[in-house]
Amino acid sequence: MKKLVEKHPLAIRWFHWVNFPVLMLMIWSGLWIYWANDIYRIGWGNTTLYNFFPQSFYDAVHLDHKLAQGMAWHFLLMWVFFINGLLYVGYTLVSGEWRYLLPNRHSFREAGQVILHDLGLRKTAPLVQKYNGAQRIAYTAVVLMGLGSLLTGLAIYKPVQFGWLAQGLGGYEAARVQHFVLTIGYVLFFVVHVAQVGRAGWNNFRSMVAGFEIADVPASAASPRLAPREPEPRA
Amino acid sequence: MALEPTSAPEKVIPPHPSPDGESLTLPPDSALAQEATRRTRRSFIGLGLAGVAGVLGWRYLLNAPDADGTPAPFRRVLDANGRLSAAYFRETRLAPEFAKSQGVRQVRTNGSAGLQSDIDLAAWRLVVQPYGGGKAQEFTLADIKALPRVEMTTELKCIEGWSIKVNWAGARFADFLAKYPLASRSGQPIKDIASPPADLAPYVSLVTPDEEYYVGLDMHSAIHPQTLLCYEINDQPLTLAHGAPLRLVTPLKYGIKHLKRIGTIAFADTRPADYWAEMGYDWDAGH
Repeated sequence: MKKLVEKHPLAIRWFHWVNFPVLMLMIWSGLWIYWANDIYRIGWGNTTLYNFFPQSFYDAVHLDHKLAQGMAWHFLLMWVFFINGLLYVGYTLVSGEWRYLLPNRHSFREAGQVILHDLGLRKTAPLVQKYNGAQRIAYTAVVLMGLGSLLTGLAIYKPVQFGWLAQGLGGYEAARVQHFVLTIGYVLFFVVHVAQVGRAGWNNFRSMVAGFEIADVPASAASPRLAPREPEPRA
Repeated sequence: MALEPTSAPEKVIPPHPSPDGESLTLPPDSALAQEATRRTRRSFIGLGLAGVAGVLGWRYLLNAPDADGTPAPFRRVLDANGRLSAAYFRETRLAPEFAKSQGVRQVRTNGSAGLQSDIDLAAWRLVVQPYGGGKAQEFTLADIKALPRVEMTTELKCIEGWSIKVNWAGARFADFLAKYPLASRSGQPIKDIASPPADLAPYVSLVTPDEEYYVGLDMHSAIHPQTLLCYEINDQPLTLAHGAPLRLVTPLKYGIKHLKRIGTIAFADTRPADYWAEMGYDWDAGH
């Protein structure tokens, strides 16, 4: 029997859709800042596999000569990013949503199964509560990355007044590298996230906007949300 | 709003197969399909309106009147950030210092604004205008060198993003003001930077002799123990490119505040003009 099942609370949908453009603009303004001293690369010794970034990239997206604007945007939107992230984490804690988001001891095995399934190497997908193991790991990791960006960012922004932080991260230069690597991490997260949302289809995407999902539930259960909680198997 | 806490135990979603990818169309014209359509339409209109509000906010930000090279809302936020960090600032927090051997041999230079006019180093004088008014006072390099020599190897952090460790030597600006009490209206010297005279000027202005380059500093940063009137790099007198005969060094600020070839120092009640702040950068530029 098909039903409309509540999936994402309104608050989480708001936090998600506020964060999306804000994080994009943080990355964009970060690129304007990075352009002024674009020294990072992947490689060793004299061997360079990839330069961040090739001239063609800068030319294509007009990233050059915008250091002051980049800093102005970055130091304005950092507040939105911070407050939205704080509210999100606070909400997941208060609402109990954290139960679906934090990885548990099955999540890593389950994530392996998810990857095998998504690559077409396994027939069945593991059962999900709200999220599967791979999602739990990814969505928790990306929140920790957000915290990492705030801390490394603060260490770069005020390296003397927050000297304990900058030193704890290995110094000013190290904090800058970490801040950059985390940004690359968001881009990779974004690519996988969008690809998976595309794969999962309209029903799933709509739930992040409208909140509900259409599900086929046994007629006996009034709604999966109201079904008795299954005890976690204890080993 | 769904902000009220949901009582988790009775609503926990049990493990179930993911509905993703299944064919889950509702019977057309059923009550359920109508509800789904209604909620979907309402939510997407809401998201669209939020998007429009975002675009309008973006346009408001970019089209606001200019305030020193950046739209005014950005300037207000930069200034608010500066006030917040000023409230958190403690002069006891020091920038990390490194072994002298870690200082670079060849110190990078960047920018020559204020250094392009001719200078006669023998005739050079540091001009200081007392905060309390009165005649400007002149100092020779020997006067500065007569103050305790402080040597430190600190990181010079350029606002562009690079940083280098440099071995500097010079006199603390705080020591200068302790000996020459020009920064308080009453003419009291700074004896202890933790409890400076109550009528100390809140801001310091530094200008090159040709007035082509100028920076403003808050007094707390100016009298920080690591803020130097610097005359040596790697034990050698400053070269012209590095700001001979005297320059400012302060690891409390980005390199843009490290004015080379100091001509005039003055004190002010309001934020002094600042070369890069007029081009859209943060006035405080503090660390």
